[in-house]
Amino acid sequence: MQPFIKLTGVVAPLEALNVDTDQIIPKQFLKRIGRTGFDDALFFDWRFNADGSLNPDFEFNAPRYKGASILLAKDNFGCGSSREHAPWALLDYGILCILAPSFADIFYNNCFNNGMLPIRLPEATIEALFKEVRATVGYQLTIDLPNNKIVKPDGSSIAFELDAFKKECLLNGWDTVGLTLRHEDKIAAFEKARAIA
Amino acid sequence: MAKNIYEKIWDAHLVLDEPGKEAVLYIDRHYVHEVTSPQAFEGLRLAERKVRRPERTFATMDHNIPTTDRSQPIRDEMSRLQVETLKKNCDEFGVACFDMKDRRNGIVHVIGPELGLTQPGFTIVCGDSHTSTHGAFGALAFGIGTSEVEHVLATQTLLQKKSKTMEVRVNGVLPNGITAKDVILAIIGKIGTAGGTGYVIEYTGDVIRALSMEGRMTVCNMTIEGGARAGLISPDEKTFEYLKGREYLNGTPHEKLVEQWKQFASDPGCKYDVLVELDAKDIEPQVTWGTSPGMVSGVSTKTPVLREIDDANTRLSTEKALQYMGLDEGVPLTAVTINKMFLGSCTNGRMEDLRAAAKVVRGYKVNPKIDQAIVVPGSHHVKEQAEQEGLDKVFKDAGFEWREAGCSMCLAMNDDRLDPGDRCASTSNRNFEGRQGKGGRTHLVSPAMAVAAAIKGHFVDIRDWQYN
Ligand code: SF4
Repeated sequence: MQPFIKLTGVVAPLEALNVDTDQIIPKQFLKRIGRTGFDDALFFDWRFNADGSLNPDFEFNAPRYKGASILLAKDNFGCGSSREHAPWALLDYGILCILAPSFADIFYNNCFNNGMLPIRLPEATIEALFKEVRATVGYQLTIDLPNNKIVKPDGSSIAFELDAFKKECLLNGWDTVGLTLRHEDKIAAFEKARAIA
Repeated sequence: MAKNIYEKIWDAHLVLDEPGKEAVLYIDRHYVHEVTSPQAFEGLRLAERKVRRPERTFATMDHNIPTTDRSQPIRDEMSRLQVETLKKNCDEFGVACFDMKDRRNGIVHVIGPELGLTQPGFTIVCGDSHTSTHGAFGALAFGIGTSEVEHVLATQTLLQKKSKTMEVRVNGVLPNGITAKDVILAIIGKIGTAGGTGYVIEYTGDVIRALSMEGRMTVCNMTIEGGARAGLISPDEKTFEYLKGREYLNGTPHEKLVEQWKQFASDPGCKYDVLVELDAKDIEPQVTWGTSPGMVSGVSTKTPVLREIDDANTRLSTEKALQYMGLDEGVPLTAVTINKMFLGSCTNGRMEDLRAAAKVVRGYKVNPKIDQAIVVPGSHHVKEQAEQEGLDKVFKDAGFEWREAGCSMCLAMNDDRLDPGDRCASTSNRNFEGRQGKGGRTHLVSPAMAVAAAIKGHFVDIRDWQYN
């Protein structure tokens, strides 16, 4: 996994509450057995018209947000199905960081397992960011993970909190399976004590 | 100190709990299905790892499989490939797999309990959010992502942070016509779709105690729709009775198992971080009117009126939802007409659901305005049992289609799906945009409410139903 340390990128807004993973990537793309190549599936029903052309009414599609690596979202982002295809699709599209007032649990965890950083911020901060992003074409933020802060174009910054272990994993790009397997002896001892043959 | 069931299961499964790290939690049971597992097995292969405890892992095919003639190969090439990939992976890694033709096949959350694989005090995971269903047995059960599936396959453990606990207490006695589905929809309506985020819920109170095991599964199933990953019900005599003699318990005397299981019941006087209370007498038959399970209301009410909503974000999402659903403001829910009906899923595809629906259906016919009404049992075993009881005949005589078991129109990965503009009364768990087919509109209801709507062509209050 790629380490996540510092990221500067264009911010794209997504104006919807309770964005569920069915919306992030609809079911027809879940039949694939690979882990990549989901970029065209992202927000499929919103992004594309029936004839396959881009839907100009979907704000996310505006040329000014092209190449965005940071997504600005609303409450309860990523709710519903556990499909990890949702972070995969975001990642394939180029989104590495998501800012929202709250995230659904499973989606939140899935992000970290793909080297992505979801950040919870107070509702008022998110609302203010929505205004700023829309007011300035090419609005960029810098995510500074080692210092737990988001730097705005005017140089001011927003602090954010993150679980220390999750941060360590991201900064190092650790694969958690490998980490856990270092404790193989403890797992074996646990099984022995419980008579798990 | 008095402990609740979550604390007991947590403590009993801690392999390692280092400060500043996430705990390593032992996993007793791992369920696998075809959609969320291929990349996990592939990850194992790439890293040259094995499945640590294949005998604790059970796979089934449910999402992609047709509910029509099973003697034919799956027509959709990608679905077929995914199903075949699961079989191949299971064979290669030594995992039991109940394929389409196996008598134990069915929706993963229906067969786990049915086979006795789900047990009180267990930790259970699956790459599927509705794994919360198994909490009905007093197991700590929750959905995980595919990377975590790989982690569990390789290590039989999961990295976890301890959750806060929420007690949801449902007091009183359920009025006639009110089902477990209405209870959980009312709970979600009350706490909101993110109300449970960060919590594990324990359902308590007289109503929960009085529910059958199947009803309890319906409640725990939709826990995820309230934002909590897991919902548990402390095990009792009903739990033990349900499990008695189930296929995968053979060999261990029932009394011995009960002895073990009992230890996990919540202690009297145990504590929770938060308490939410509901009274049964306030619960009506529920109908969702929007595109999120929290957009729900009693059948005697109307769709919302926008100018009565204060919060701007809520107003906007309500407006969007009504628009997608093709509904006006302030319309009585009983005036909403449907053209399709789906009875099934891991929420409401069990025997009790089919029996309750059949009782409503007897002596009636599906309304001529309905284009399709399908009944899909949750498992092969449920289908067989229903046929033994003659329920298939009741449905077929009334004009419902009787199908093979599977997820079917709950998420429409197979051929069972809504067309754009279709409006469906569905016993499943999600009314998201396009969930049952692009442009399709879903109203979540109980099994009795669903078939009654198929008969009348619009939603009705099941409390007024004339049974034959
Ligand atoms: S029935 Fe629906 S909710 Fe249940 S496992 Fe299948 S797709 Fe998921």
